Amino acid sequence: MHDMPGYDCHIDIPGTTIFDGRQAMKGYNLNKMCYDFNQKANRDGFAADEEGWMEKYGLNDEQKEAIRSRNVLAMIEAGGNIYYLAKLAGIFQLSVQDVGGLQTGRTTEEFKDYLKSQA
Amino acid sequence: MARILGGITTSHIPAVGNAIQQELFDDPYWKPFFDGYPKVHEWVKANKPDYVINIYNDHGLGFFLDRMPTFAIGAAHEYRNEDEGWGLPELPPFPGAPELSWHIIESMVADEFDITSCQELPVDHGFVVPMQLFWPGAPNNPDMPRAVPISANTVQHPIPTLKRALDFGKALRRAIESFPEEATVVVLGTGGLSHQLDGARAGFINREFDEYCLNNIAHNPEELTKITRMELVEKAGAQGTEFLMWMMMRGALGDDVTELTRNYHIPISNTGAGTLLLECA
Repeated sequence: MHDMPGYDCHIDIPGTTIFDGRQAMKGYNLNKMCYDFNQKANRDGFAADEEGWMEKYGLNDEQKEAIRSRNVLAMIEAGGNIYYLAKLAGIFQLSVQDVGGLQTGRTTEEFKDYLKSQA
Repeated sequence: MARILGGITTSHIPAVGNAIQQELFDDPYWKPFFDGYPKVHEWVKANKPDYVINIYNDHGLGFFLDRMPTFAIGAAHEYRNEDEGWGLPELPPFPGAPELSWHIIESMVADEFDITSCQELPVDHGFVVPMQLFWPGAPNNPDMPRAVPISANTVQHPIPTLKRALDFGKALRRAIESFPEEATVVVLGTGGLSHQLDGARAGFINREFDEYCLNNIAHNPEELTKITRMELVEKAGAQGTEFLMWMMMRGALGDDVTELTRNYHIPISNTGAGTLLLECA
C-alpha cells in the first residue's frame, strides 16, 4: 500500500467514503447550507421552509431527495461531509448514535450495543 | 527562552462537554473516562504552564470548504466558541497570546512550513473540550494559560501524512524554544482515537490499532510515520485521522519523554477514547 499522491490513490474501504476533491465539488452546495446552520437564524430558516431553503442554496435533486427522506447514506453519496451534516442532524435532534443507527440499519439501542461490543 | 514542559492528549468528543456541564463524573458510563484525568489535573496544578498550544482539528466551525487550510495557526487576542449548530453553551473568551502566535508563525514559515495565520478564529469542541478537561471550569480557571490554537485539516482529503504531522511538531518545538521569554509551555494533541461517524461502517472502533498507537507514540513515534493515510482511515476509521494531532504534539516534545499517565476506554460516544500525559526530560 503506497501513500501516493494523486486524485485516484484511494483504496477501497467497505462502508467508507473518502471525502476528497471529487466529493467536495459534488457536495459543495449541500455542505455550504449545512455549514451555515452554525447560525441559529439559518436553522430557523430551514425549519420554517425546507424546500425554499434547499432551493436558495442550489441543492440538486439528489441532495434534496436525500434530505426529504432523511437518508444519511444518500446525503453522503450526494457529496455531504459528515462534519457539516452533523449540524443538519442537530436540527432534527438526532444524536451521533441515532445517525449511526440510521446508516447501519440498527435501532439507536442496537447501535449503542454494537459500540460496546468493541470494548 | 520558553521551555516545553510536556504534552497532553485527549479525545475531544462533544458529548464530553455535555457530561462536564452535567457533572456526570461518577456516572457509571462516564466514570472510566473521567478517571483518566486526576493525574493530569495534579500535573497541571504543579506545573502551571504559562502558555498552552492547543493542536486540534476544526469540525466545520472555523473553516469551510471554500478555503481549507492544511495547517492554521491562531494569532488572536482571544478565542470564542459558538454553539456549532447544536445549541452548545457559549463560554467567555479564552485568552490568546498573539506575540507567541506570531513568533511561531514566523519561525514555522522560516522553517518551510507554509501555514495560514488567523487573526479571527472561532474555536469548536476540538479546542474547548480538552481545555475543560484539563483546566476545570475553563476558561474561568485561575491557572488557565494563554492559548495558541493550531488546527490541522482532517475534514477533506488530502490530509497531511503522519510524517508531515510529526515533522510539523518538531518545527513547532524549534519555534517555541526560540521564543525570547522565560516561560513554560504545554502542548495539547486532541482528537481520536479510532472512530467513524459516517457510512455503512459507522460505529467502527479498533482497540488493537489504538493500543498500537498508544504503545508507540511516546518512545517510537517514527514507527507510526510508516502508516499511510489510507491505512489510517482503514484502521482508525474515517474520523480516526484525528490521530494526526497526536503526532503533531509528539513532535514538539523532543526525543526524551516520560509517560506519566495513560487511559483508554471504549466506547465514549462512538469513539475509542484515549488520554496520555507525556513529560519532557
